[in-house]
Amino acid sequence: MHHLIIGAGPAGVRAAETLRKLDGQAKITLIDGEGEAPYSRMAIPYYLSGKIDEQGTWLHRPVDFYAENAIDLVPGRVASVDAGAKTVTLEDGRSLAYDKLLLASGARAVNPPVEGLDGDLVHHCWTIDDARRIAQLAHEGARVVLMGAGFIGSIILESLVARGADLTVVEIEDRMVPRMLDETAGSMLKRWCEKKGVKVLTSTRIGGVYEGGGELNIALSTGEAIKADLLVVAAGVTPNIECMHGTGVESRSGVVVNSRMETSLPDVWAAGDCAEGCDFSTGDLSTLAIQPVAVEQARVAAQNMAGIATEYHCALPMNVLETLGLITTSFGKHDGLQTGERATALDEEQWRYIRLEFHDGKLIGAQTAGHVNMIGCLRGLIQGRMPLGPWKDILLREPHRVAEAYVDLSRGVS
Amino acid sequence: MAWAKRILRVNLTEGTCKAEPLNMDWAMDYLGQRGLATKYFVEEVDPKVDPLSPENKLIMTTGPLTGTGASTAARYSVVTKGPLTNCIACSNSGGYFGAELKNAGWDMIIFEGKADKPVYLVIDDDEAELHDASEIWGTSVWHTDDWIKEKHQEPQFQIAAIGVPGENGVLFSAVVNNKHRAAGRSGVGTVMGSKNLKAVAVRGTKGITVNDPEAFEKAVNDAKAVIAGNAVTHEALPTYGTQVLTNIINELGALPTRNAQDVQFEKANDISGEAMHEPRRTDGKPNLVRNAGCFGCTIACGRISQIDPTHFSVKDKPQYHHASGGVEYENAWALGADTGVGDLEALTYCNYRCNEHALDPITTGATIAAAMELYKIGALTDEDTGGIKMEFGSAEALVAAVDAICDGTDFGKLLGLGSKRLCEKFGHPDLSMSVKGQEFPAYDPRGIQGMGLTYATSNRGACHLRSYTVASEVLGIPEKTDPLVTDGKAGLVKVFQDLTAFVDSSGLCIFTTFAWSAEDIAPQIDAACEGDWSVENLMKVGERIWNLERKFNLDAGMTAEDDTLPKRILKEAAKTGPAKGLVNGLDKMLPEYYELRGWTPQGVPTEETLSRLGLA
Amino acid sequence: MDKALVIDVGKCTGCRQCELACSYEHTGTFNPARSRIAVFDFHEKGRFVPYTCTQCDQAWCQQVCPVGAITNEDGVKVVDAATCVGCKVCTIACPFGTVNYEPATGKVIKCDLCGGEPACAAACPTEAIVFTDVSVQGFEKMRAWAEKTDTAPQANA
Repeated sequence: MHHLIIGAGPAGVRAAETLRKLDGQAKITLIDGEGEAPYSRMAIPYYLSGKIDEQGTWLHRPVDFYAENAIDLVPGRVASVDAGAKTVTLEDGRSLAYDKLLLASGARAVNPPVEGLDGDLVHHCWTIDDARRIAQLAHEGARVVLMGAGFIGSIILESLVARGADLTVVEIEDRMVPRMLDETAGSMLKRWCEKKGVKVLTSTRIGGVYEGGGELNIALSTGEAIKADLLVVAAGVTPNIECMHGTGVESRSGVVVNSRMETSLPDVWAAGDCAEGCDFSTGDLSTLAIQPVAVEQARVAAQNMAGIATEYHCALPMNVLETLGLITTSFGKHDGLQTGERATALDEEQWRYIRLEFHDGKLIGAQTAGHVNMIGCLRGLIQGRMPLGPWKDILLREPHRVAEAYVDLSRGVS
Repeated sequence: MAWAKRILRVNLTEGTCKAEPLNMDWAMDYLGQRGLATKYFVEEVDPKVDPLSPENKLIMTTGPLTGTGASTAARYSVVTKGPLTNCIACSNSGGYFGAELKNAGWDMIIFEGKADKPVYLVIDDDEAELHDASEIWGTSVWHTDDWIKEKHQEPQFQIAAIGVPGENGVLFSAVVNNKHRAAGRSGVGTVMGSKNLKAVAVRGTKGITVNDPEAFEKAVNDAKAVIAGNAVTHEALPTYGTQVLTNIINELGALPTRNAQDVQFEKANDISGEAMHEPRRTDGKPNLVRNAGCFGCTIACGRISQIDPTHFSVKDKPQYHHASGGVEYENAWALGADTGVGDLEALTYCNYRCNEHALDPITTGATIAAAMELYKIGALTDEDTGGIKMEFGSAEALVAAVDAICDGTDFGKLLGLGSKRLCEKFGHPDLSMSVKGQEFPAYDPRGIQGMGLTYATSNRGACHLRSYTVASEVLGIPEKTDPLVTDGKAGLVKVFQDLTAFVDSSGLCIFTTFAWSAEDIAPQIDAACEGDWSVENLMKVGERIWNLERKFNLDAGMTAEDDTLPKRILKEAAKTGPAKGLVNGLDKMLPEYYELRGWTPQGVPTEETLSRLGLA
Repeated sequence: MDKALVIDVGKCTGCRQCELACSYEHTGTFNPARSRIAVFDFHEKGRFVPYTCTQCDQAWCQQVCPVGAITNEDGVKVVDAATCVGCKVCTIACPFGTVNYEPATGKVIKCDLCGGEPACAAACPTEAIVFTDVSVQGFEKMRAWAEKTDTAPQANA
């Protein structure tokens, strides 16, 4: 039995580990497209801020882990897949046969249609190699512009400040992290960043980027232009599924998977940022591109590949972000349903916010700012679809008591 | 170590919060909490100050052991000059507030001045800030607690607050934390109200260290084993709470009944700790839900009760149908035996209301009892009471009177004066069962002679918690003495007073002394704190504190004439029980006590005494 | 893991000696805010509930950790503070809320059973928390509860 895994990010590595645990004999191959020791993108901001070195981003230390567990780590990028012949061809022409294939090829950063994003002073912050380049340019006092204050942008924002950069953030939408936070929280986060000395331009578009004299001249939709030593582009990602072209696999933006993480092709599974599966909050298909979902999907895929039929009950969107010390989270249908009910509590002075969304006597979504204690309960309440009973009315008045509600509902049984 | 070594000074007039280092020289002489805060207080406040003026100060103070792993290390005290007594006031509370304050890195908070509008203080570790309390002024402790947590989205705040009576000058308002734990006596909450200070909310995450961790661990574990091996602290108190005493004291003929006209209550068993366990006839559930401990307490004497929802006091009042603090012995006595009411559910309701609005239940009950006697002799009329038939034994009258105090009706304002001022106002000062303006609690000094001297000499007005000779006279701790005789009680009272003064300064609970001797306590303090904390030194610290408090009271205008008891206790003999025919023999004990204390026959510490204690 | 923390809420008096012991064991200070076990005070129900990690089989926290800072040591999920970068992903992934971010250290904390001798159980004066054989009925009850809120992939085979 040969399990072949395309991609050595968290999903690929978790799947390989799980497979090894379940089957001591099978051959397991992990194809690493970046040619690095398998690492986690989640750790990049901490590498960039100097909190950890490169090894600190590795998924397993030492890297001998893979050899010791007979996981064959093959550097290379996959050019194509032949699902009929059950082979994978790498860009260098090598061909690998498989019995079972897992596509865990992740996603890649993309550029919006803006002129001048191909220069040497413009970088994404997606791979460890991107981070190395940024580290060279984002020195003390360097003028850095960050394009996009989405989740990725906001998570690297802190590292850029930690490096002493003079930072300006440019975001098209009217607030920070618009897909994760509502106007109240997103605006609070903006004010927080401004208080910490970061310039945040919302509802602003970068019109064009022009390099000259060793610096960038960045034209804004407001008519202004700003000079910079570095532009970091964090304007979104797209699934890496080109290698599946021609296989006939069902795909939308990602490769479509069912609850067992099976694709439409026999013996081919997909997990992580490249997979498009059931979204808990909407019931529709979506690619969430978040770490918890990636590793949970990978484990389910691996169990099914090993012959243990396992279901994944839809992916719950959730995020946690620390931006210069302000921690924000969002879970599930954080913007609620028209037919639902809502509770909010806001303390602008103390930088605290909580918003809960209810439907049918249950919690369906939440977002918070300035809260850390027992925050995971929000996931438990939402994904466990726990009937709130009398706690719903209490939480409508006092949403900050959500952890208490969870403990009472789950453990307070007399 | 153990001390946070930092105090917070809040000037309410200026609206400022400032940190300053703890005076460690004073800490070596006064330990912490009651002793140390009193030292700060007497250094900073004119003894003749009007307690309700901005010139009075109010100190919330922890002890060095507060918040550590020692059993019962929950305690904090509120020190001020009391409006009920015009004496030094020091009221002690448990719950979770004290430990949280210490964990925020503060040994004490000194409040001075008066805010120009209602405020509450929020402490989040190092940060302290005053906030506008206009939205919670005029509301209860319970509402205030919920409101502040909601406003700041912080369920982990520990909050101490006053209710409406404290805002309105009811002279026996308490400070209540965790909704049912009270720094109860002498009107400390009234002082808080006079300063326009509604509440203090605190969150502490800094942690507490001790001087010698290894020795501390051993001392604490040894001491916990003593508590676990003692019948009072391991069985009686967890099972019945302090309510274990009701039947015992009643049988001794020392349960003051109907404003101390009698010394035994025919319905004592109905309001006892045993009764709290009995299934009710109405709903088959017992009054008691469970016992509860304060922070770090391995005794857990606290009562959590739930009132029968069909009882007249809470019918149509669902806000009282949940569980909350049940009656303790003193409360059951004051609200029950002293008013002649044997209805446990009514007492529990009144106890809830005392917690909800931060009233001292002892003075509340004893003042209602005095009002009932005034009513009985016709001195107080239906016109004065707003139509309430203030008859002994009437649960309806009791409930209506407590409601009147909480609601601030005209009659409630009269009751809010406390029994001394009420009885004086209606021309019968002898009907107030008080000393120095404060009502005595649940031990009749005719049946337990030592408690007469305890009440007469207590620095905060009549109180059992300044020298609990009941331990010796009734329970045989540390050794049994005869409750009906006066011999030896002067020495007993002095030792108990000094012991209690240092325990109250440590952060520990005085209830530990049912099991612990000074020899069990000293090693815990000695390991936690730098300095010499031998039993000998601690007893001297206790004596120093006692004399410092005494000196303040004398400077405030008190004299030996105030070291007395109500006429009834000195002149009217007990009618029934073992003490039948006896009055309290205070005159036999007091001169000996003064002499043992090293005081003049006029009750003034001699120069020699003061210089021996470093108070000269 | 053949022994586990079994919690009997009926016996808890709310004294928080468990929090004191836990924080002292892990930080060398008495500091309930940094305890891995927390006692909830449901005052109006007259109930105290000590609450901590049940070392669930799904190990959400371990699975999701991007830097491998959480290891499984004979069933016990242990955070290696030196490796943890403080990204907090485990704190949102754990549906029980029992992995918490600690601002004081910039790391996450969770129950590690104190290497086999849990300080909370030793400190509990009423045996509301005992460290005992997993076959004890109380633990089965706790697991049943855990499954009630379980969002885990369910194995059907």
